Order: sequence, then structure tokens, then C-alpha cells
Amino acid sequence: MGLLVYFSSKSQNTHRFVDKLNIPAQRIPISPQDDMPEIHEPYVLVVPTYADGDGKGAIPKQVIHFLNDETNRSYLRGVIAGGNRNFGQFYAYAGDIISARCKVPCLYRFELMGTAEDVANVRNGINKLWK
Amino acid sequence: MSTPQKLTRIKAVNWNRIEDDKDLEVWNRLTGNFWLPEKVPLSNDIPSWVSLTPIEQQLTIRVFTGLTLLDTIQNTVGAPALMADAVTPHEEAVLSNICFMEAVHARSYSSIFSTLCATRDVDDAYKWSEENECLQRKSTLILEEYKSDNPLKRKAASVFLESFLFYSGFYLPMYWSSRAKLTNTADLIRLIIRDEAVHGYYIGYKFQRVFETLTPMEQLEIKDFAFALMLDLYDNETKYTEALYDDVGLTEDVKKFLHYNANKALMNLGFEALFPADMTNVNPAILSALSPNADENHDFFSGSGSSYVIGKAVVTEDEDWNF
Repeated sequence: MGLLVYFSSKSQNTHRFVDKLNIPAQRIPISPQDDMPEIHEPYVLVVPTYADGDGKGAIPKQVIHFLNDETNRSYLRGVIAGGNRNFGQFYAYAGDIISARCKVPCLYRFELMGTAEDVANVRNGINKLWK
Repeated sequence: MSTPQKLTRIKAVNWNRIEDDKDLEVWNRLTGNFWLPEKVPLSNDIPSWVSLTPIEQQLTIRVFTGLTLLDTIQNTVGAPALMADAVTPHEEAVLSNICFMEAVHARSYSSIFSTLCATRDVDDAYKWSEENECLQRKSTLILEEYKSDNPLKRKAASVFLESFLFYSGFYLPMYWSSRAKLTNTADLIRLIIRDEAVHGYYIGYKFQRVFETLTPMEQLEIKDFAFALMLDLYDNETKYTEALYDDVGLTEDVKKFLHYNANKALMNLGFEALFPADMTNVNPAILSALSPNADENHDFFSGSGSSYVIGKAVVTEDEDWNF
């Protein structure tokens, strides 16, 4: 089974979601001082959204820095975005931006730390994706 | 891990020395999202308002007086109570923003009333809300916790108000919007919904920072308290929903929205969802009224679209991208 790479802030919402998936996962560090992972196999990126009212600032800076690395970017196969529908049209907007910029599909969206149904959907989806 | 201590004396707040960077992140988000009701052209909804039946108009005004009560509680009691529990000076500052925006929300409903409604009808609805047992009970349940001696109980009550109790009311403008009615009013309500999401997230985050310092026994006790309070509120909320929506036949649809939001409120506290998927399958029209355009690109895994679509988001430039 392929790899997940994810970012989660101190709120831990995305961390809890990824934890429940029970799929090998590497975390992008919160602090810019910590070493950025270097990935050499296909992976799916899981990111939360922090957009303001205009959609700005949707993607955590650390995720941008991770994707700026050409090798990291070359193994990206899809993105899964967290968010909250209460943010209206910018719900899980980080998924749209990364999808458009890196030319990979947005595979799934979930709210906050995801429900049991989200976990099942993503586990099934990921299993099929790596077949 | 030691329990964060309440601030005991006033020191000049220094935003260049941040103890918890969530404080700065949320401050920036909230101040960036600042708005006033005058920005929304509510008067464009007058033709739509007069197209509603008297029963529909009465329901709408009642729903908005109920929401006004909750915002008033947050503005005058909830946020000030949480401010007294703050563990960083920046948290106090963020809560003062939350406090003020709750006053803006409460004020907004009066703007809707003065633009669309007859004074007599509004006065009748305020009288109704004073006398409605479920609404008064909801207010009492929350206010009791705000008076308790435990900051965690206050935070849990606040998150339940922000992330759960509003939604029996928010349902209605989303419903009208999905039928192309009162669309400007819905735009205003979406601004409130967005603010409440940040409030619930932030206060829930602060709850979790304290919760993780407790012993397993203490954690169990607080978790039991939180689920019991949620169930009390939920029980009352279903009665409130029936009292409001039975006449227009929307009660069951609203209840699904309640379950869905109760789960999100619990998640804001870091707890697992309570209601299973078959009780939270909210009417898709309501979900798209909540987040318009967000479902245009079908999710790849769900297989509901013909094929996946590469996002065509108007990419908001961030100077940090290098490709």
C-alpha cells in the first residue's frame, strides 16, 4: 500500500483523521526549523484548509515548502483536503489549489477530523488507487 | 504536562512574543473576516419576503429572535466568562474580538427585521421567544455552565452553543436560499456561520490544550459531562425544532442537520462523532446552500462524477510557491 504525507497544525484534526486510516504516513513538521521529509515513492497528500474570506492563505506554508521540492512533487498522485463547510465556497479549498497547481486529482474532502464514514471511504479509495 | 494557569495580573500584551501561535493565527483570521450588516444589500430581499406566506414569515422572524438570544448570551456572558479563564494575554485579545462580533451578529438580525418586517410582527416574535419554554431552557442550560467553577465546562458549553445550538435556526435561511428566496439574508447568515466556525474551532482548541493535561480519571469525568450536556441540549433542541418547523413540514430535515452539527461540535472538542451516518445525511440542497460551488468537482473516491476533474481553482497566489 502506498504512502500518505500529511500536515496537521496543533489543532491535530488532520492528524486524528490520518491516525484512524491506519495507512503508513509521514508528517510534514509544524515548525520550519524541523527537517522537511524527502519522499521517493508515490504518495497522497492530506492537508487542512486555512483560507480567509477571500480564499487567501488556504495552504499551510510548510506544505508549500514541501511541494516546492521537485522530487517531492514528482511523486504526488492526489490530494485529500480537510476543511469545514461553514467556510462556504472555500470549503476544503486547499485541495482545489493543490490539484490545479500540481495537476493531480482532488480525491476526497472531509470536515474537521472526519467521520467513520469518511475513514471507510478514504481507506477503500486509497486501496483501489494503489492496485 | 502542567495545566495552563489563568492570568493573575494584567501585563501589557506583546504580540511580538507569542506563547501559542494559534492565538495569532486566529486573531489574523478573525480580524480579516470583519464585517458589518450594512455591507449586505438586505433590501433586495423585500420582493422575496412578501412572497412568503404569513406562516413562513412568522417562522422566519421567530427563528431569528431565537438566534438573537444566543448571540446576546455569547456577547454579554459567554465570551466575557471565557476571557476570565484565558491563559495568555493574546487569548484575551482574541476573545474580545469574538465578544464584539457576537454583538454584531445580534445586531444584524435587527437589521433584517427593520428592512423586511412589520414592527408588530417582530414584537410578537420577541414576545413568543420570551415565552417559549424550549428557547428559555436552552438559554438556562448554557448559562448554568457559564456560572460553574470549571473553565473546561464553560468552554464545552460555549462550543456547543457556537457549533450546535445555532443550527436549528441557521437551517431556515439556508433552506430559503436553496429555493432562491431571501438570498441576501442568506449571504449575511453565511458570514455569521463562518465566524461561528472559527469561534468553535478556537475555543475547542483551547479546551483541548487544558484537557490533555488532565489525569485519565479527570478526562473521563469531563468527557462524560460533555456528552451528557450535549444529550440534554439535543433533547431540548428536538422539541424546539418541532415547535418551530412542524407547521411547515420540515422537522425531520432539520433534525438531520442538528445531528450533523452535533457531531461537528463534539469534534471541535476533540471527541468522536455521536450520530451515525444514516442520521446525518443532510439534504444536499442545504449542504450546497452552506458551501456554494464547493461540490462542483466530484470527489474521485465517491465515484459520483463521470470522471475526476483536475481542480480549476482560481489559484490565489502565495509568494512562497516557487513553481
